[in-house]
Amino acid sequence: MEKRQPKIEINEKYCKACHICIEFCPTKVLEMRGFTAVVKNPDACIACMQCELRCPDFAITVTK
Amino acid sequence: MAFDYDKYIRPGKLPHIWCPGCGHGIVMKGLIRAIDALSLDKDMTAIVSGIGCASRLPGYLDFCTLHTTHGRAVGFATGIKMAKPEMNVICVGGDGDGVAIGGNHFIHACRRNIDMTYLIMNNNIYGMTGGQFSPTTPYGAKASTTPYGNPDPPFDIAKLAIGAGATFVARGTAFHAAQIDKLLAEAMRHKGFSVVEILDSCPTAYGRRNKFKSVVEMMNELKDTAVPVTAAEKMSPEQLSGKVLTGVLYKEDKPEYVESYRKLVARVQESK
Amino acid sequence: MTSEGVNVSTRVAFLQGNEACAFGALYAGCRFFAGYPITPSTEVAEAMARELPKIGGAFIQMEDEIAAMAAVIGASLTGAKSLTATSGPGFSLKQENIGYACIAEIPCVIINVMRGGPSTGMPTGPSQSDVMQAKWGTHGDHPAICLVPASVQELFTETVRAFNLSEKYRTPVTVMPDEIVGHMRERIVFPEPGELEVVNRTSPLVRPQDYKPYDTSFGDIPPLAAFGSGYRFHVTGLNKAQDGFPTTRAELVQAEEERHIRKIENAIDDIVTYEDYLLDDAEVVVVAFGSISRSARHAVNEARNNGIKAGLFRIITFWPFPERQIRALAQYCKTIIVPEMNLGMTIHEVRRCAEGRVPVSGIFRVDGEPISPREIFARIQEVR
Repeated sequence: MEKRQPKIEINEKYCKACHICIEFCPTKVLEMRGFTAVVKNPDACIACMQCELRCPDFAITVTK
Repeated sequence: MAFDYDKYIRPGKLPHIWCPGCGHGIVMKGLIRAIDALSLDKDMTAIVSGIGCASRLPGYLDFCTLHTTHGRAVGFATGIKMAKPEMNVICVGGDGDGVAIGGNHFIHACRRNIDMTYLIMNNNIYGMTGGQFSPTTPYGAKASTTPYGNPDPPFDIAKLAIGAGATFVARGTAFHAAQIDKLLAEAMRHKGFSVVEILDSCPTAYGRRNKFKSVVEMMNELKDTAVPVTAAEKMSPEQLSGKVLTGVLYKEDKPEYVESYRKLVARVQESK
Repeated sequence: MTSEGVNVSTRVAFLQGNEACAFGALYAGCRFFAGYPITPSTEVAEAMARELPKIGGAFIQMEDEIAAMAAVIGASLTGAKSLTATSGPGFSLKQENIGYACIAEIPCVIINVMRGGPSTGMPTGPSQSDVMQAKWGTHGDHPAICLVPASVQELFTETVRAFNLSEKYRTPVTVMPDEIVGHMRERIVFPEPGELEVVNRTSPLVRPQDYKPYDTSFGDIPPLAAFGSGYRFHVTGLNKAQDGFPTTRAELVQAEEERHIRKIENAIDDIVTYEDYLLDDAEVVVVAFGSISRSARHAVNEARNNGIKAGLFRIITFWPFPERQIRALAQYCKTIIVPEMNLGMTIHEVRRCAEGRVPVSGIFRVDGEPISPREIFARIQEVR
């Protein structure tokens, strides 16, 4: 049975590069590139939803 | 996504004005989730604020929103609730707005126990105006008007609320994001004056001046100093030194102001 | 006899001015009062505290004058006609929120029973020294409507008119009796329901999803929806665009501020009221208002009995100031006297309108004593 990886979407217009999502991601999925957070390791995502919960800017959503 | 915030946000208003790393956005999301959990009617919900960064919150949300004068949100909100008791009234503001210039209105709303929820986003500073100290700025902290360290002792907003008569008082932090909506939902369900203080981060005005090297450091500080009140019961005074209690700190059922007044009105009308 | 739901046992009553003011508010449909005790206005609050519960309204004594003004604005946003009452020190405290009501265009009525000032002054003594504050008290450019009744009956009818103007022009209106008028007791005849016009704010003409709280496509006075009626919108004290959201765009801010002033200026003939007494052939004109207009009338009568062509222009609407009328007077009269219980406020407006055509002199008292007919008559004799 294939497990579907969660889809992580980052809205670069909203992201203010505060680093919260990067630091509190337990599996190091995200990194800063320029002035926005980006997905580095999508396969590592366990859909814990911490990034979506903690992002102050409505910039990141995780869809299971 | 875990939650669709778009249902409650006015189209075209994002990105919001708050700085990178400001916790107000986290708190706003918690408020939205709480309102959704209670299935509040948008048309019958008023969000009232004063002046400051936190007070910019209502403009983003699709309710009856009222952005008033500095410190006076609770007064305006009292008029709304007295004139139209069926409205759900939520006040939002910061620490300076709420307990400096707003102090008198704050204590009287607590005393009256009028049915509304007051969300105080406490980042220990006047952020909007560039970082002056507030009545919650820690003793010794640096601010633009305390360049040599704050000589003022700070308020404990929760103790102030309890002392003044509020019947639901809770505290959370912007780090404990998942708890925010739980506290706010319980506050809104409570019939009476509910105060929810969320300790928040202001990296731009407070953090920079007080040696926080990053937004994340401020978030971790909130994490490290918070102790749930249930855990605190088992801790010693030494262990609790420098800590801040979180969770539901006080809850009591007492006659609510508007309900009491309407009963008075009914009594007067009957005896006519 | 009823007065808009208030039962009064006879159509004619002997009432205190402040009480008549409260009944006028109720007649106009006021159902919310928030206030704070302050001499010599407290009787307005006390009357509202007694009467509002009888008709299902709401009364609240707030913790201070600022909160009272805030509550009045909040209540008005739910659609309720709302009143507060105060005097000098409280009027000063309310200024910021009055300015808020001006820029956010929220109807409300503020009673200021004028007492000796400045500061604590003379709490039980009369004055007329807040008339400039009624226009210039709050910072920024904003419209001002201020009514100055001279009798108990007029305090009733002018309070009704204040609500009407407030609702019609979407702006706060002040009614400012001096302490003598507020505390005097006189005969009053209560109008029947429907006898005096009662105006309500315009309801929105569009669906909630299309509503903008400052939409000028319907003219200079946008309809105001009520919170809790199906319309959701944003109200702020920042300069804003037509949709109610803050803006710093130069052309929008300029247009909005000009509209606030224009909506009143264009309606000056609807708003300004006054009384002219023996003015047709008057050579000496006394311009007065409030309790002092009563002394002035006596003085004018005495002057006429002595062969002097004197007349009285009684101001009833102080702001907007009756410019056109005063300018017209100055075309044909020989001299103007302005007796007022302050150190010279109305006189500046009169001089401005007279444009130097005629001499204007003042009689000023701030000692808590009314200016007597004798004083005014003496001046009439002096200047004729």
